[in-house]
Amino acid sequence: MKLTLLTFASETTGPDRVVPPTGFTARLTLFTAAAMAFLAVFALALSLATGRLADRWADSLARSATIRISAPPEQMDAQVAAVQEVLKTTPGVASSRVMGDDEMKGLLKPWFGPDLPVDALPLPKLIAVTETGAGVDAEGLRLRLQAEAPGAIFDDHTRWRRPLVAAAERIRTLGLLSLLLIFGAMAGMITLAAQAALAANGQVIATLRLVGAKDAFIARAFVRRFTTRGLIGAVAGTVLGMLAVALLPSTEAAGGFLTGLGFSGAAWLWPLIIPPIAAIVAFAATRFAALRMLRRLR
Amino acid sequence: MIELQNVAMSYSGAELLSDMSLTLAPGSFHFLTGPSGAGKTTFLKLCYAELLPTAGHLSLFGKDVRGMDRDEIAGLRQRIGVVHQDCQFLDHLSVEENVALPMTVNRRTPDMTQLRELLAWVGLKRQANALPPQLSGGERQRVALARAVIMSPDVILADEPTGNLDWEMSLRLLSLLVELNKMGKTVVIATHDLNLIRQAKPQVSARVLRIAKRHLHTAGADL
Repeated sequence: MKLTLLTFASETTGPDRVVPPTGFTARLTLFTAAAMAFLAVFALALSLATGRLADRWADSLARSATIRISAPPEQMDAQVAAVQEVLKTTPGVASSRVMGDDEMKGLLKPWFGPDLPVDALPLPKLIAVTETGAGVDAEGLRLRLQAEAPGAIFDDHTRWRRPLVAAAERIRTLGLLSLLLIFGAMAGMITLAAQAALAANGQVIATLRLVGAKDAFIARAFVRRFTTRGLIGAVAGTVLGMLAVALLPSTEAAGGFLTGLGFSGAAWLWPLIIPPIAAIVAFAATRFAALRMLRRLR
Repeated sequence: MIELQNVAMSYSGAELLSDMSLTLAPGSFHFLTGPSGAGKTTFLKLCYAELLPTAGHLSLFGKDVRGMDRDEIAGLRQRIGVVHQDCQFLDHLSVEENVALPMTVNRRTPDMTQLRELLAWVGLKRQANALPPQLSGGERQRVALARAVIMSPDVILADEPTGNLDWEMSLRLLSLLVELNKMGKTVVIATHDLNLIRQAKPQVSARVLRIAKRHLHTAGADL
């Protein structure tokens, strides 16, 4: 990277001076690269956040299950005890605990308000099960529960987990797709800017050809100029994007939906790959445009 | 060095030059004359492979131009110095940098002493740091000549090099070209200025070529 920047820095004094400075295309390329890098930071943040979310949901939901016991009041305690006995001898169960009235009240509070008379309602008993890494044989456990406690229903959260994880995975894919689109759009815009610069410098190219310049030399002069601009613009856009992400409202203030959007820990290093990618995109786009145009000249 | 055999050149179906045969020997000096629009510039463009003949064979330094790729043609132009009437310069570069351009594009670092000597030879030492738009017509032609010879080419092609110059400056430029010829360079000057050709008579043994009615006539007597 250092070497590359040093090489680019030599542009103003090196052979690339043969290309005259072009104000408009320079500004356009800088702005495009900066804007695209800024958007890329957000797409990356979204992608990483949804990835984390998907992992978290998959991980935490996969290791927990619930057993719901609906039974007449006189049989409730017996069935709860039976279920606990079954769980003690079930491989893959790390721990289990019967949820108390206060916990039940807490779960129902968002739906029925704080003054819920839990005692007056025929609520089922819930047993929270924490699984080991190996997990529980869900079908086997269901069969055993059916025999020992007919009112017990085992819920491993699969029906909740699958769509949530699938949704998060899809958003992550969309985030990555957005990144590809952003870099694709950047390549397109830089190609257009390079073509405009090449067309505006037709006389310069003709002069260079006249004195014996090879296509590679001419293309290189333009490519390096646009690559430098792409890199500088992308660095600026990335820094601004990272600042914007850093200044997003905190998790507590933003509420559940935005929870986790942004970078955490080592993930802050990920946006640093955007400027080199932008430079590579600018390099490839300008080289393509330059060689294509030069082939038309003699 | 440059050999044309029955070369023809057409633009959009209309033949501009027909059946031209000529050999430019090393160290020879040629004037190319003919009325405006006769095809003098086209002929010169063929000689440095900016145009390809539509018929016949053209070989430069022993190689058929049709078999050359773009890089080979670029390499070949290092051996052919071209001076245009409308000198093409890079206006954002100084005179010195423009003269050194053929070296720059070949990734060679010019020897500053030699570069200054070259500028002194064409009488432009003081204008070394000027930009091309700041130069007069005569100065521009001399810069173009300096640029054309910096790579020590084998052939120098000059297209109406005195077209925009006063007589005194035209003679100065002619004497520079004659000097180059005496160093062994092949020189071709396209001009419609017969006085210039007459003026060269005591200085150099030159052959006059004339393009008329699409054909190249080489019957002109040596001056």
